[in-house]
Amino acid sequence: MHADPKGVLTGVHFLDGDHACCEGTLAAGARFAAGYPITPSTEVVERFAWRIPTVGGIFIQMEDELAASITIQGAVWGGAKAFTVTSGPGFSLMMEHIGYAAMTETPCVFVNVQRGGPSTGLPTLPAQADMMQAKWGSHGDYGIVALCPNSPQECFDLTVTGFNLAEEFRVPVMMMLDECVGHMTEKVVIPEADQLAITPRRFTKLPPPEFRLFQPQADQVPDMVRAGDGYRFHVTGLTHDERGYPSMNIETQDRSVRRLIDKLKPLAGPRALFEAENLDDAEVVVVSYGITSRVAQRAIQLARARGIRAGKFRIISAWPFPDTHIRELADSVKAFVVPELNLGQMVHEVARSAQGRAKVIPVSHAGGSVHNPEVILNAIVEAAR
Amino acid sequence: MNASALEIPCEIPADARNPVEPFLRMDRMPHIWCPACGIGTTVNCFTRALEESKANLDKVAVVSGIGCTGRVAGYANLDSFHTTHGRAIPFATGLKLSNPELQVVVYSGDGDLFAIGGNHFIHAARRNMDLKVICVNNLTYAMTGGQTGPATPGQTISATSPYGVFEPSFNLVQLAEAAGAAYVARWTTFHVKQLARSMGEILKKKGFCFIEVLSPCPTLYQRRNKMGDGLDAMKFYKQVSKIRNGASTADAALTKAGEILVGKFVDRDRPDYFDLLQAQMHATLGDRYAEPEVSCSEC
Repeated sequence: MHADPKGVLTGVHFLDGDHACCEGTLAAGARFAAGYPITPSTEVVERFAWRIPTVGGIFIQMEDELAASITIQGAVWGGAKAFTVTSGPGFSLMMEHIGYAAMTETPCVFVNVQRGGPSTGLPTLPAQADMMQAKWGSHGDYGIVALCPNSPQECFDLTVTGFNLAEEFRVPVMMMLDECVGHMTEKVVIPEADQLAITPRRFTKLPPPEFRLFQPQADQVPDMVRAGDGYRFHVTGLTHDERGYPSMNIETQDRSVRRLIDKLKPLAGPRALFEAENLDDAEVVVVSYGITSRVAQRAIQLARARGIRAGKFRIISAWPFPDTHIRELADSVKAFVVPELNLGQMVHEVARSAQGRAKVIPVSHAGGSVHNPEVILNAIVEAAR
Repeated sequence: MNASALEIPCEIPADARNPVEPFLRMDRMPHIWCPACGIGTTVNCFTRALEESKANLDKVAVVSGIGCTGRVAGYANLDSFHTTHGRAIPFATGLKLSNPELQVVVYSGDGDLFAIGGNHFIHAARRNMDLKVICVNNLTYAMTGGQTGPATPGQTISATSPYGVFEPSFNLVQLAEAAGAAYVARWTTFHVKQLARSMGEILKKKGFCFIEVLSPCPTLYQRRNKMGDGLDAMKFYKQVSKIRNGASTADAALTKAGEILVGKFVDRDRPDYFDLLQAQMHATLGDRYAEPEVSCSEC
């Protein structure tokens, strides 16, 4: 299905990442957003508040992030595509509702423009230190999808992808921007609406008496329904059976919680999103994402100029982690170098995936600026030795 | 028990059905509420109100938070949402705004709506969001074992106030009025006719409507405070309640054993959130304003 032309700002633009992300939400069909102001993410909803009254939708500024992150889910069950936007402290407040969205299989999008932490941290400066929180921050076992754009263009493109994945898998999707990507201004090309593939919500075709809200289809994902259409359905964050009724049965718990994770497995393997360069002959592979991938690009060029066979693996879909791809590379390379704007997060996933078959070298940074390419280069040189 | 009471002739036809059954998920019975708990009584009143309102039940949704009253959503044979603790109102806000033809009823308890969810309550009332909020006030956190809540009266004993509650409590109806609610009433589970009538009124009234229902928790609150069983609670409500429609909510604070003012206290017309939104956009954007089309079957 193609995008609704009403929301698509077709043309060549000069936009920052936050604004491009907002255009992505509109192109993807989002007609509802709830937010609470927080630097450096607020520009996304500021633009949405400006744009949406002429497109046909609603923005509501809620009283806090606890509210914003559940208001969007009410909107989804009312039939909308919906999202919220936040950063560090606000993301922490949203954790319970990420779990609720995962448990109730509510398709929605959380945009997190990452800033330095912990706590209030560095409100106006970049970090990538919420990567583990995005996956593990809510209690219990569950699955989410996280995407990491590294440019304003990708803020647009991947936001559309994020909404599509949310609908396909009935899962909350995290857009993991960082302050640099959110605030950098570059060329953004927005295609014609008929060039944009949009995944519609998969509403059930069954009549109400036969429909079960959590009955998985062949892809392990259940069909959706909308309030007001006569299905008289029930949604709960309690462990529930296929009808949506609460259950204290441990077999139901095992079956339903495993499915929340298993349904996303294709995204770790064949459908993982990443960008690879010079992997065929690589002895050292730099694994990076977001703004750090652009700094790493320079380090890889410098290494190649010195005769080191350095390659690039840029993570785009960070969760589920593309472990099978890293595992395959681990047999052919000496080492992975993992620069990130945190003190070691996704590097643990790289190490887990490499299974000891290649060295894994973190290049950590507490956040507040980007790496100096020389620091990454030094790690590559060390790894190649 | 008086043996003669058992001799009343009574024949129940085999096909007899309780008139509330169509409104409930009978496949989920029996419910989890304790004997003499008042929540079921409020649900009974709610089903009467739905029946009398002749509302299209496919267009009525119930949103609950967490707690004993939070379980109402699960038993209502409607589109129903059992959300997170304290967040029924913001969930309901999104549901209502995305699908305005729905009548959205928030059904939850005093701890859920006024402690963990208190901020959402006052802001939804301020916005005059078109939500119908029914608060079953049993004066305690019952699901977790009877702890002190924001509505627990002073000088009572609770699981977390073994030496007596000394914090002042909220006057829920005064709070609702001050925050901007269009309709504010209070009843007890003794006042089933009046409660059902009030519930019927809010189903027809636009804007943020609030009904507080005092409801017994014999298992925890009453037992700890030596207030007897469910029947004693009815006698107590009958004895100390005074119906004062239009009374000032400032005079309606509750104490452990003092008077309970009940009645409809506030019934006023304010433009609701959606009206204000549309008026503002029409005024500033004119023809460029596009009416919200948030919910779609093909999006």
